[in-house]
Amino acid sequence: MVGGSQLENANPLIYQRSGERRVTAQDEDEELHDKIDDREIFDLIRSINDPEHPLSLEELNVLEEVRVKVNDEEGSVSVEFTPTIPHCSMATLIGLSIKVKLLRSLPERFKVDVHITPGAHASEHAVNKQLADKERVAAALENSHLLEVVNQCLSARS
Amino acid sequence: MKDTLTLLARVTAHPDSHCWFLAWNPSGTLLASCGGDKIIRIWGKEDGNWVCKSVLGDGHQRTVRKVSWSPCGNYLASASFDATTCIWIKKKEEFEVVTTLEGHENEVKSVAWAPSGNLLATCSRDKSVWVWEVDEEEEYECVSVLNSHTQDVKHVVWHPNQELLASASYDDTVKLYREEEDDWVCCATLEGHTSTVWSLAFDQSGEQLATCSDDKTLRIWRQIKAEEEPGGSKKDSSWKCVCTLTGYHTRTIYDVSWSHLTGSLASACGDDAIRIFEEDPGSDPMQPNFSLTAHMPRAHAQDVNCVAWHPKEPGLLASCSDDGDMAFWQYQRPE
Repeated sequence: MVGGSQLENANPLIYQRSGERRVTAQDEDEELHDKIDDREIFDLIRSINDPEHPLSLEELNVLEEVRVKVNDEEGSVSVEFTPTIPHCSMATLIGLSIKVKLLRSLPERFKVDVHITPGAHASEHAVNKQLADKERVAAALENSHLLEVVNQCLSARS
Repeated sequence: MKDTLTLLARVTAHPDSHCWFLAWNPSGTLLASCGGDKIIRIWGKEDGNWVCKSVLGDGHQRTVRKVSWSPCGNYLASASFDATTCIWIKKKEEFEVVTTLEGHENEVKSVAWAPSGNLLATCSRDKSVWVWEVDEEEEYECVSVLNSHTQDVKHVVWHPNQELLASASYDDTVKLYREEEDDWVCCATLEGHTSTVWSLAFDQSGEQLATCSDDKTLRIWRQIKAEEEPGGSKKDSSWKCVCTLTGYHTRTIYDVSWSHLTGSLASACGDDAIRIFEEDPGSDPMQPNFSLTAHMPRAHAQDVNCVAWHPKEPGLLASCSDDGDMAFWQYQRPE
């Protein structure tokens, strides 16, 4: 979708998508306050499109439910993502898409931290620092070209 | 530590947007706020309430990140993500753009007026700090472009009574600059923080500097005056970190304000809290101890972006947040 004609990772491994969330009796009980859980966060982001393949971040194993942590009381969400290759130039864009999706979907009281899975990328520290800098994220989202690319990653595939 | 910080008022300053920064005018009669809605608002107190006196909405195309008043109080400078800095003149209640300073390659992050009122500094994501000179005809000329930082420059602030400029950066350092033979030079680099330095504040004397960082610490630096060298050449004074306040903040510290009236140090944190520290009486200036004297958890519903002590009323503190609100607090120093 973006980038040149040459794909960085031409033949990625494809993983199976997880099924629908199993609804428990507790979930259906309207009297109970449902806390936001890891699976709910995962469901928000697992269908984000990869910027260069017609595949979701879940299918590329960039996102896994075990790397999503939410604490509803504290209002904190932490997501680790795993770029498909250690020199992936799309890492910041992928992280930004995850961050934007969560910022748009969750109540404003949530603090959203998006990191690269430790050891999974050559520029892990630089990418993490960039994603954690809310001033740079705010400036990036005022860039209409970049915002369009992010929205493409976030749009539902037909 | 109870009841040391009391909420006086909460005002929606930038609805549906982030409120990024606040600045009191030198006499403390007006407060300027700016935000992600590209607007600057000027606030004043009427019958005990904070009311919006002016809306400065036609200067910038993108987020207004910071604002700064001239020492005379007649001008306001605004730094914007649109890569420009606007200079506004105050005419009774209205404000008009006098000039727009262009030159930075991308987002301008901060602006500050020197104590003389003749110099202005701006800094940008383009890694540079620019020094501007203002002449009698209100013409602004860039007199120096300082490229000492290797990353995005977040904040600039002048020494309270000297022409000494300090800048804080995404490269984790703080740099100081002064004029030397008609050119501006970087005269010190303060290393110690392990992540982005977001803001800095001098104490009243200008001998101490407080810095805050993404590494969740506050650091206090002290100027060590250089001795006159034999032969007459003067060495630059150096700055030494004399205190690190660690373990108090749970997320990024976005701003720090040092009261020139009381010496109290306030911090604005990404964990939504405001904290105030005081230097212990009788502590060694070379190894000072600072104690937490106020902690207001959930001071705002989201990240606190700025804290600003009132320049005339001791203990009056203004803060603002990503939730678009600003709040006014009265701080009572514990006995």
